Amino acid sequence: MLISGSVLMLGDDVSTDLIYPGRYLTVADRAEQATHALEGIGPEWPQRLLGFPILAGGWNLGCGSSREQAATALLGAGVKLVVARSFSRLFLRNCINNGLPVIESPTLIDRLQTGAAMSADIAVGEARVGDSIVAFEPLPEPLLRIIEQGGLLAQLQAGERIA
Amino acid sequence: MSGMTMAEKILSHASGHAVRAGQFVEVRPDRCFTVDDTIGMIIKYHREAGITALADPDKLAIFCDHYAPADSREHATDHSEGRAYARKHGISRFFEVGQGISHQVTIDRGLARPGELVFNSDSHTTTIGAVGCFGTGLGAAETAYVWATGGIWLKVPPTIRIELQGTLPPGVDAKDACLALLQTHGARLATYRAIEFHGPAVASLNLASRMTLCNMGVELGAKAAMFPADATTTAHFAHLGIDIDLNAGIPDPDAVYERSVTLDLSTLQPLTARPHTVDNVGLACDVGEIRIDQAFLGSCTNGRIEDFRAAAAILSGRKVADGVRMIVTPASAQVLQMALAEGLIEIMTSAGCIITTPGCGACAGLHLGVLGDGEVCISSSSRNFQGRMGNPNASIYLASPATVAASAVAGRIIDPRQLA
Repeated sequence: MLISGSVLMLGDDVSTDLIYPGRYLTVADRAEQATHALEGIGPEWPQRLLGFPILAGGWNLGCGSSREQAATALLGAGVKLVVARSFSRLFLRNCINNGLPVIESPTLIDRLQTGAAMSADIAVGEARVGDSIVAFEPLPEPLLRIIEQGGLLAQLQAGERIA
Repeated sequence: MSGMTMAEKILSHASGHAVRAGQFVEVRPDRCFTVDDTIGMIIKYHREAGITALADPDKLAIFCDHYAPADSREHATDHSEGRAYARKHGISRFFEVGQGISHQVTIDRGLARPGELVFNSDSHTTTIGAVGCFGTGLGAAETAYVWATGGIWLKVPPTIRIELQGTLPPGVDAKDACLALLQTHGARLATYRAIEFHGPAVASLNLASRMTLCNMGVELGAKAAMFPADATTTAHFAHLGIDIDLNAGIPDPDAVYERSVTLDLSTLQPLTARPHTVDNVGLACDVGEIRIDQAFLGSCTNGRIEDFRAAAAILSGRKVADGVRMIVTPASAQVLQMALAEGLIEIMTSAGCIITTPGCGACAGLHLGVLGDGEVCISSSSRNFQGRMGNPNASIYLASPATVAASAVAGRIIDPRQLA
């Protein structure tokens, strides 16, 4: 699974309250959720996110509330990949289970800045930034399969079950 | 072969074979709950995926707690659709508006037992680890998946052992211990890890204090936070008339831990987490002149009868300062009834507090107690992230129930021992 595009960088400890403020939790449509993606950081951020298929964060990305809209709003905004030094557990799960690829790699984050062009093969565990190649540990096969199929529920719809 | 941590032991039980930290496994939980802010998504996901039957309705429960009573058409519809879904699928455990916060009701009613794997679509599900179960939060899609299939993938976490020593000094409580752990180790101490609380202080901590420590385990990043089952656990379930298997809720004596950290409770003082991160912690007496507009006593962190007693002890014969509103939300109907019977509600209302319906209250800023632009709140809840209480242009300080009550009286953040 090859993903490429330009990167938007966030800092450390970006909570799900910042990624998707609680007052929009009743919005079900992903395209509409996207108009509030990253709005907790500042009102201009939903617009800024557009055109960046890769979102990158520091340590503890997505900490706090279990709200799934933090992942689905990013999908609605056209995000194809999330990279972080480390993920908060529920946000990581919500990304994978909704079919949004993730890479956890401090080494890769060290090479990134806003506007950088990168590509990654999440099944192989190899990312390319400019001339340099960064290896990372790929997700286990069953999780890659969930992502490939577009999430747990898409998988369920297709009649496949992991458990 | 070394012994197992609680996480390894419980996830072995849930997966049907021996598992070790680091493994990805398929598990079948003993229970899988949801709350009003997720039930609408579960129903939608099931509709879209063509799910018509649920794997095991007896394992499920729905709680109306995040916005109860409803403040809007959308929130009211989450409740009404949840009721209809419970009826349609024979989910007998539907907890109505006013019953309280899912985690508190789970403990009050004995819905989670030692050695069980319990999911709930709420990040603070770690709270219920206080009774020796593995409680952890799920997202909406995966909750919908578990309801449909009965199982899900999990990563078996390594475990950090937190050794608690000494006894809490007067005026200092379990919340201060949580804030001390955040101050010393930061909010990433236990990312994707389990926590087990051990040490000589454990026996002296009541269930309420254990729940507070497990609750804020998630603020340390933990997937689950647990107290091994002991005499306190046994007494709790005996009171409910429920038989438990104590051994299912304790680790093996030779279990292997990733690391161990120690906290001496006797050295602690009242603390506060300043805006906008949970680990931006300092002494309540050193925070400076911080005027407050709102004080909030409640939440799954600190909305229990013990918390109400601590606050009432401060508020008795005193008044909330002019210009300050103090919102009090019992964590469950049972807490409210006990507080009424003990005269605590009278003390609080005489002091000028506002008592609301049991539930999550102002904590998540979803239906009441939202802050105005530029306002400051001191809260007994667990999160002070920017925008948490519904307004990104407001500031939240976290503290113990006693510190919240004392600050409400003073009109600014103070050490509660100043009023003792």
